[in-house]
Amino acid sequence: MTEMTQARPPVLDIRNVAKVYGEGETAVHALRGVSLRVERGDYVAIMGTSGSGKSTLMNIIGCLDVPSSGGYLLDGTNVGVLDDARLAIVRNRKIGFVFQSFNLIPRMSALANVELPLAYGGVKAAERRRRALAALDEVGLAERVAHQPNELSGGQQQRVALARALVTVPTLLLADEPTGALDSRSSDDVMRIFDGLSASGRTIVLITHEDDVAEHAKRVVRLVDGQVVEDVRRAPVGGLPPRMAEVGA
Amino acid sequence: MNPVEVVRFALRGLTANKLRSALTMLGILIGVGAVILLVAVGQGSSQQIQDNIQRLGANSLTISPSTSGGGGGGRGGGGGGFARLLGGGAAGQQGSGPRTQAKQLTVADAKALADPTSAPSVKSVSPVVTASSQTATYEGASHAIQQFVGTYPSYFEASNKPVVKGTYFYNADVLAARKVVVIGNTVAQDLFGAADPVGKQIVVSGVPFTVVGVLKEAGSSGFQDADDLAIAPLPAVQQSLTGFGQLSQVLVQAKSAAEVDEAQAEVTDILNQRHGITGTASADYRILNQATLQETVSAATGTFTVLLGAVAAISLLVGGIGITNIMLVTVTERTREIGIRKAIGAPRGAILGQFLVEATVLSLVGGLLGVAIAVIGAQFTIAGVKPVLVPASIVLALAVSVAIGLFFGSYPANRAAKLRPIEALRFE
Repeated sequence: MTEMTQARPPVLDIRNVAKVYGEGETAVHALRGVSLRVERGDYVAIMGTSGSGKSTLMNIIGCLDVPSSGGYLLDGTNVGVLDDARLAIVRNRKIGFVFQSFNLIPRMSALANVELPLAYGGVKAAERRRRALAALDEVGLAERVAHQPNELSGGQQQRVALARALVTVPTLLLADEPTGALDSRSSDDVMRIFDGLSASGRTIVLITHEDDVAEHAKRVVRLVDGQVVEDVRRAPVGGLPPRMAEVGA
Repeated sequence: MNPVEVVRFALRGLTANKLRSALTMLGILIGVGAVILLVAVGQGSSQQIQDNIQRLGANSLTISPSTSGGGGGGRGGGGGGFARLLGGGAAGQQGSGPRTQAKQLTVADAKALADPTSAPSVKSVSPVVTASSQTATYEGASHAIQQFVGTYPSYFEASNKPVVKGTYFYNADVLAARKVVVIGNTVAQDLFGAADPVGKQIVVSGVPFTVVGVLKEAGSSGFQDADDLAIAPLPAVQQSLTGFGQLSQVLVQAKSAAEVDEAQAEVTDILNQRHGITGTASADYRILNQATLQETVSAATGTFTVLLGAVAAISLLVGGIGITNIMLVTVTERTREIGIRKAIGAPRGAILGQFLVEATVLSLVGGLLGVAIAVIGAQFTIAGVKPVLVPASIVLALAVSVAIGLFFGSYPANRAAKLRPIEALRFE
């Protein structure tokens, strides 16, 4: 299943990760030993019903939470041993987040929102602006840079969030139910952008419970009760995502 | 993360909720403004009191009799004889009659103080007798003069009472015991109204006095109207109003401000000798030194100023607590935003910095506005006092307000920085 096509380490290497909330009788086992490797350029959908542990897995992958046991290498770095300051840098440089509820900062223009991770990364103002505008252009929002989140539609907000995730050129693009709060047309727009990004070689992990969304991915991992029950490859790591391949064919 | 960015984020955070920011600033504004203004009022009243004291006369010592002290019996008798020799008739009553322990202050004492060899620092000596509440009449108008003073011409200079209309009286008037008088402004107003009093004759307790001059208006000092007085040659007042008893005081003027203390020492020596005061016996006179008086009053008004400042400082503290309160609300309200910022890689320092700067800007801007209000307020007279701004109080109040921002802002800022992103993101 895992082809060692590249000498570089896998983007994600999760080894037997478990997560337990609470203690003793009331303990909840959200993850019961999940192992997962994601190669560079892969496009993975993690599927599961609510309570399957997919959000917990997403938080651990995104360095927002730490596993109770097991190891986790992100781009070859063991993030389990990093302190707060280094974790902040990892989140800033290696991971681009897209949330279900967009999570844009209110009362800040789209441009300012996209510039934010660059600002925390210490990029100079002029360079920051150039890159933020390029990222907004990539998601097709070049005309809306000055609008505040509450002046944008849901689909547009999610595209701003995508631009914010992309702007730092992260190793991993992590999306948690990116279409969960969108109507079907906006969902299509957003997924088309994800497909395009995958085609250009970005590594994407998205978490969803919708089969429609999962169909876009090259590989689908299914979680049930905190364990991987199914891991299906639908397209090769180096190839086009399945939907684009269909269109092309 | 560059500090300018942190400040920009902070300012954006503050302008997002302008009314709340303004109200929080108001707390600090009132605190800082109150500290500066109340200290200025304290300083102003202190200066006013000092001015009043200075108006009593520069470089002067006031000697008044005290009933508590007295010389030893035998030596006292000898002293009395000595005084009689020197003082002549004026001191005559000293030796006769039953001896009291405390000796009286006499014209002879005054004359002894004027001796340039034993008292080189003394410029002038003015013996003073005072008759209080003397009714003066002029063509049907009548006025009770609070203080009718009999003295020498040097009194005018020593007590800082210049004449604005007419003239002083002179030594010749004293020697001749002429019934001339210089009156204060209040007396002139009451008796003459708009008319020119100079040259007119007033009758004081049945004795006619000719007005030769009017004193410059001095204003009221405390409870007493400093303009409600009349000054006449010493023998004239003694003859007609007070009799040749003891003096009510002797006003000594030192040659310069630097020589006031020396003059006091010389005066003490001479009077101790003349009154037979030795080592343990307490003096039967009191010397009031303007400088000492000023120091005492300064200390009192200083306490007063500190008290005012302390009350104001409490309001500054309350303002600081207001900042903590509002920053805590802000942090709670923006928990989700903090989570987002952390998720996209905001380091702890940037979050901490943002909220600290927000708190500090609130207090600093509030403080600056407070300074502005206080400076404007100090231009007006408050409760009869012209406030005097103390630059140190401005600097201190501003520094304290910034410190308050940092101190009271650090708790909420720390709480924000310590939030775990996962929990912050879940917060609704």
